[in-house]
Amino acid sequence: MKEAVAGTLESGDIMIKIGPGEGLDIELQSSVAAQFGRQIKAVITETLEGLGIKDAHVEAVDKGALDCTIRARVTAAAVRATGKDVWKD
Amino acid sequence: MRNTKLVTLEEAIRRSGLKDGMTISFHHHFRGGDKVVNMVVDKLAQMGFKDLKLAASSLSDVHAPLIGHIMNGVITGISTSGLRGTLADAISHGLMKEPVVFRSHGGRGSAIANGELKIDVAFLGASSSDELGNACGYSRSENAKSICGSLGYALPDARYAAHVVVITDDLVPYPNMPMSIHAADVESVVVVDSVGDSSKIAAGAIRDSKNPRDILLAKQAAKVIINSGLFVDGFSIQTGTGGASLAAVKYIREEMVNRGIKASFALGGITAHMVKLHEEGLIGKLIDVQSFDKVAAESIKNDPSHQEVSAVEYASGQHLGSATHALDIVILSALEVDTHFNVNVLVGSDGIIRGAIGGHQDTAADSALSIIVCPLLRGRIPCVVPKVTTLITPGSSVDVVVTEYGIAVNPARPEIKERLLSAGLNVVDINALADKASSIIGKPDPLPFGDKVVGIVMNRDGSVLDKIMNIQA
Amino acid sequence: MMFVPGNNPGMMADAHIYGPDSIMLDLEDSVTMAEKDAARLLVYNALKSIDYGTTEMVVRINPLNTPYGKKDVEAVVKAGVDVIRMPKTETADEVKELEAEILKVETEIGRVGETQIMAAIESALGVVNAYAIATASKRMMGIALGAEDYSANLKTNRTPGGAELLLAREQIVVAARAAGIACFDTVYSNLDDMETFRKEVELIKTLGFDGKSIINPRQIEVVNEVFTPTEKEITKARAVVAAIKEAQAKGSGVIAVNGKMVDRPVVLRAERTIALAVAAGVISEEEML
Repeated sequence: MKEAVAGTLESGDIMIKIGPGEGLDIELQSSVAAQFGRQIKAVITETLEGLGIKDAHVEAVDKGALDCTIRARVTAAAVRATGKDVWKD
Repeated sequence: MRNTKLVTLEEAIRRSGLKDGMTISFHHHFRGGDKVVNMVVDKLAQMGFKDLKLAASSLSDVHAPLIGHIMNGVITGISTSGLRGTLADAISHGLMKEPVVFRSHGGRGSAIANGELKIDVAFLGASSSDELGNACGYSRSENAKSICGSLGYALPDARYAAHVVVITDDLVPYPNMPMSIHAADVESVVVVDSVGDSSKIAAGAIRDSKNPRDILLAKQAAKVIINSGLFVDGFSIQTGTGGASLAAVKYIREEMVNRGIKASFALGGITAHMVKLHEEGLIGKLIDVQSFDKVAAESIKNDPSHQEVSAVEYASGQHLGSATHALDIVILSALEVDTHFNVNVLVGSDGIIRGAIGGHQDTAADSALSIIVCPLLRGRIPCVVPKVTTLITPGSSVDVVVTEYGIAVNPARPEIKERLLSAGLNVVDINALADKASSIIGKPDPLPFGDKVVGIVMNRDGSVLDKIMNIQA
Repeated sequence: MMFVPGNNPGMMADAHIYGPDSIMLDLEDSVTMAEKDAARLLVYNALKSIDYGTTEMVVRINPLNTPYGKKDVEAVVKAGVDVIRMPKTETADEVKELEAEILKVETEIGRVGETQIMAAIESALGVVNAYAIATASKRMMGIALGAEDYSANLKTNRTPGGAELLLAREQIVVAARAAGIACFDTVYSNLDDMETFRKEVELIKTLGFDGKSIINPRQIEVVNEVFTPTEKEITKARAVVAAIKEAQAKGSGVIAVNGKMVDRPVVLRAERTIALAVAAGVISEEEML
């Protein structure tokens, strides 16, 4: 796995930076961290586990993204980091 | 007799007889450009005063230096309509020993008038004053520097404070007439270089919002008004300064022209939009407690039917003559509304104070129809919730909530609901809005509040409505 | 039909609140090559999670001859999109190729025949082949003009009057009507000129289009105003529809309003007026039952 980024810092988006790590380690910056931090981290974890990724260091800067956006950005970052796409070629 | 009032700030403070433990007051007509609060409190600190109680009509980002004065004991108590920025953040985290007391504009006016809030020395910034203290929020001289228009929130202080110091950056020849603050109420006049940064006091021209969601909300709010049954010749109205509120004025105007309806007066914070309708003959009188932009500030100076009012005459719940009692329709904003129609405009969903009560409680309670306009969601922050973080305006005085996902009507107003339904508007249950919000964003975790009271929210009648606890995050 | 860039989650989250009839999430021109993969995932997840209510959901994919097109089809069919919009369609064969791609994915997920196709015609060749394109697949629900590429292809520019688009517009309406499908006009991108926009919407309504593509919610009101039948038109149409019911009740083939016999085109126009009025929310569907 190499380091990769997906997403933007626009309102409603989340920027996910993913790189090699041991176990899943998520650093989250969010203006709604108090109320939604737990939920955001859970979505990131679930998405990565769904892709079979158990070891990664993730830095997330959240700008109020919905769960579906978090899933999309985490998947995009993971695909870029591993080079393994979720769609057929 | 001549020039006996004209002194330096230090001399004015000495003359006032101010002692440790007393209450000093300020107005917020210079908004984000205010220099008076910081200037005076710096001087008081320098002169060695301690344990002062600061009673401001409101405080904003620019008053962050108060944090230092609170830490070294110069300021030990605050009452205000609102708090913002780093000062609000520090207080939310428990900076002060005594909780901040929050009052609405009308509630503050009442408390000053009935002696509950006793002011020892009022320091009132003015855009112009003569040497006897006849002062205004505008200036007729060529040296005008810091124009704010109405001085409505300063007038109760001028009238009821034990000692009044006017601070101006434009000393004009006697007599400065007509005046807002009367010389008879003023003990000292202090001339300084600048009372405020004029670029931050009032916007030159407020541009119409192009945000599609604001426009959608504005159209819905306008439709509510037009179909409320109160949209008849001679109606009266108050709106806020948010994008949706201002845009709503545009659509209401179109319909007034179409139907040949005129309003008797517009109330509250006056904007260029309201001045335009007034000048077109669509609004008879403007009753102005705060002028929000340069156009409004110019208008109040020049137009006799654009009248300044004090906070007491504007919105006191204890004075039957106050203007809100004659108000038909008010459009208000909200940080949160709950399923019982309670509104929070003071504390953010992160538990940090970031707003002001303003005239919210007063206009909602007294008007015939109060309309809250707010998006269902701001990013991932829900605005329609099961229970507001902090209670500011009780649901019993809120009639309609307009969101981009539908319009909710308070069950106490079945006749309004009926009218909106028959006009084909998308009327929904307030619970359905809260459910919709949580279906999109999920259920938020509870905020990490501590057990220290950092703020007390007063109702306009002087009773306690709610407490704000410190936030631990 | 409101265009929404496919890599902008903020806009995608609540595009439906403005009440467009359909939303087109774009994976093509509004998304840079470097972001094609991320936008595809964003659109896939949005379609699966966001409740767009009754709004028809369209996704504009990249052409199949690019590295992105086939993955786009896989993602949006799996997400259950209503309509796939093919950009730059020039021949019936291209439509058949897309149809085969769609079928492959639908078969995999057991959802055969659900996905419809809309073809965007954006070149001189496409205009010439409009009828062949319109009839190339039973999935074809409509054809649409893409005027920017088309006018560049003609070696001209877009003008406020739209003289350069006249033949294409007429050809597309005629082809769509001959094929029995819908037709949609191109976008107008100057948001600050609502007057010219309104004239353009009036023009394309006169030409026979079923709808207009828009790039901002602010344009919805104008389109609705132009396309919503007037009260007079609705009253007249109601009378015709009532006469049809009366004739049916009597078992008579002759339809008469105010003693005058009504021709079939008048009946069809009345039915269309009522359909538009219902779509615009001016009258309710129950009312017409």
